[in-house]
Amino acid sequence: MSAVQQINRDDFLDGLVRCWPDVAAQDAAWLKALRARAAGRVAALHFPDRRDEEWRFTDLSALRELNFEPAPLQKLQAPFADFERLIFPEAAATRLVFVNGHYAPELSDTHDVPPGVTLAHLKGQGATHDLAASTHLAQHADVNHEVFSALNTSLFPDAALLFIAQDVVCERPLHLLFISTAQQTPLLSSPRCLIISGRNSACTLIEEYVGLGEGVTFTNAVSEIVVEEGAHMQHVRVQDEGREAFHIANNTVTLARDAHYQSINVTLGARLSRYTLGVVHHGPGTECSVDGLALISGRQLADTHSVIDHAASHGKSTQLNKCIVDESAHAVFNGKIVVRRDAQLNDARQQSRNLLLSARARVNAKPELLILADDVKCAHGATVGQLDEEQIFYLKCRGLSETAARNLLTYAFAAEVVEKIPLVSLKTRLRAVILERVHASTETA
Amino acid sequence: MGKILLEVRNLHATVAGVEILKGFDLTVRAGEVHAIMGPNGSGKSTFSKLLAGHPAYTVTGGEVLYQGENLLALSAEERSRAGVFLAFQYPVEIPGVSNASFLRLAYNTVQKQRGGEELDPLEFDDLVREKLKLVEMEASFLERSVNEGFSGGEKKRNEILQMALLEPTLAVLDETDSGLDIDALRIVAGGVNKLLNPGNAVILVTHYQRLLNYITPQFVHVMEDGRIVKTGGKELALELEERGYDWVREEQAARQLA
Ligand SMILES: Nc1ncnc2c1ncn2[C@@H]1O[C@H](COP(=O)(O)OP(=O)(O)OP(=O)(O)O)[C@@H](O)[C@H]1O
Ligand SMILES: [Mg+2]
Repeated sequence: MSAVQQINRDDFLDGLVRCWPDVAAQDAAWLKALRARAAGRVAALHFPDRRDEEWRFTDLSALRELNFEPAPLQKLQAPFADFERLIFPEAAATRLVFVNGHYAPELSDTHDVPPGVTLAHLKGQGATHDLAASTHLAQHADVNHEVFSALNTSLFPDAALLFIAQDVVCERPLHLLFISTAQQTPLLSSPRCLIISGRNSACTLIEEYVGLGEGVTFTNAVSEIVVEEGAHMQHVRVQDEGREAFHIANNTVTLARDAHYQSINVTLGARLSRYTLGVVHHGPGTECSVDGLALISGRQLADTHSVIDHAASHGKSTQLNKCIVDESAHAVFNGKIVVRRDAQLNDARQQSRNLLLSARARVNAKPELLILADDVKCAHGATVGQLDEEQIFYLKCRGLSETAARNLLTYAFAAEVVEKIPLVSLKTRLRAVILERVHASTETA
Repeated sequence: MGKILLEVRNLHATVAGVEILKGFDLTVRAGEVHAIMGPNGSGKSTFSKLLAGHPAYTVTGGEVLYQGENLLALSAEERSRAGVFLAFQYPVEIPGVSNASFLRLAYNTVQKQRGGEELDPLEFDDLVREKLKLVEMEASFLERSVNEGFSGGEKKRNEILQMALLEPTLAVLDETDSGLDIDALRIVAGGVNKLLNPGNAVILVTHYQRLLNYITPQFVHVMEDGRIVKTGGKELALELEERGYDWVREEQAARQLA
């Protein structure tokens, strides 16, 4: 590689990471130290390109060509025009909102947060939550090797904190809403979440990323989720940023003995999005179900990389990943399952199903199994197909138009994932959004 | 005599470049029941699906008039809305679409076209429960995905349920009796009989005379190699059951020699 390329390669990361001391100015010593270490890792790591196995199908060169600045604090007019539609009635007063990674008190409402549940932001707490935060923050995400996690750690302006105390069952869903706003100059947002679900607790979390305004944005999000012994957690994640947005997110989930984690990830937005999910089954008897749905069109690219790591015995994991790809869009799914040596009696199932709605649509779906234990059950399958012409004919024979038939079948494909969402209002909203997008693309076809 | 609903004249059709229908003629009037019998592969399903508008079949000659209009100019959904109904030999499974929502969508689409009243889910529920009785189906079938995991008999009953909801003018039942046990056969046949009226007509495609013990046809046609080679009354079905199709072939060969 020539010297010129070398310099270019580092420009993008260096330009961003050098801002870290400003971001850290008010930080406690432990956090400053954390950021300094992360900034050091950013300098040592390189910006990924397609020669990296993990980025083979997802070309980040368009991102690298742009000049981003860390987003400054910005106050939105509260409540702005479209805000109502972003609120879920079930979580109307259990909501934290962040704008470009900064906490937005004027849009947040935590009145209904029950005792035993902390829904807060790192910067507002003084030293109250420092112990929990300093114990866990950046201890689960792979800051040492994964450059975007390191970049986020050096730059996040604030963090959403959700702590559920031992034995607490939180009936109300909790909503973390991250809004990115497009400005004249391209801005980088670095949202950060730390979620700790205490022993034998239960909760439902909605983590949502949306965009406001037209224009280029870059969201680089990191979430760390710890599910302690016997705790149950339901996690729905929705990404619906603008069509010019870049969205890179890393989510690391750590499961202790007998913990249950159920997650549903829905990707609708962004020009280029990458969601990396890692679930580590640390203790025996853990269960996870991680489902995904991507519905993309135009020139969108949506990439999901997951690693489900069975590091202990008697675990169970199920995964259903679905992509609906229209026009010239491109979906990537890489689902890795690891069963470590001595992690006996695990049961891991993965299904990847993909629907291509146009001749130009593309999908790269790849299971990756690394099974080192011998007494395990492991099943996986991947399909790529179009809508079934015989099903379309059957529906037309019952009076449905070609468009109505195609929409119904496309929706049905998505429904298998959407219908699992535990929040009625979110499910209803997604049904409408999906029908609307499916409809829009069949009309322009 | 009822007015003519369907007139098929010298119909020729190909699938994947192979000619399957080779001069098919049939006239059906309101109030009539026709049975079409014939050996495997003679083209019965081809004719049925072509009538419903399946895109795989290309008409290469002849014409099909439905209520005096060119049926072939209409798309599958237009034919359905105009009152043509095909009960599929192999009903299609549609995972992820509940039977109830599918039936309501179909019902409302057709109602709208015919200027009838569209029903909301609650109103429709009342109607569909009434119709379920006709085919002795449990209401639990409404919650399941369309035909998914249904037994053969359940699928066929679901077809007749759709027929009951859409009230077609011309129904083609393609082997709706195949694979049914005697109880299911009685139920399905009973349902069809209740739907018959002087204004509509049914074409029964079948291999078995036993269906005709329950639904009495005025005409029985024998189909062979893409055309109707013999037409008789309901006693012809008994004769076919007893003697098979060979004698029809021989009779036809003799006629061609003469
Ligand atoms: N889509 C298709 N592609 C190729 N060949 C076809 C297709 N559909 C039908 N055929 C052929 O057309 C011929 C007639 O088939 P059809 O299904 O109409 O017969 P049938 O009389 O309904 O038979 P059965 O009594 O077994 O139902 C057969 O030789 C069949 O293989
Ligand atoms: Mg047939």
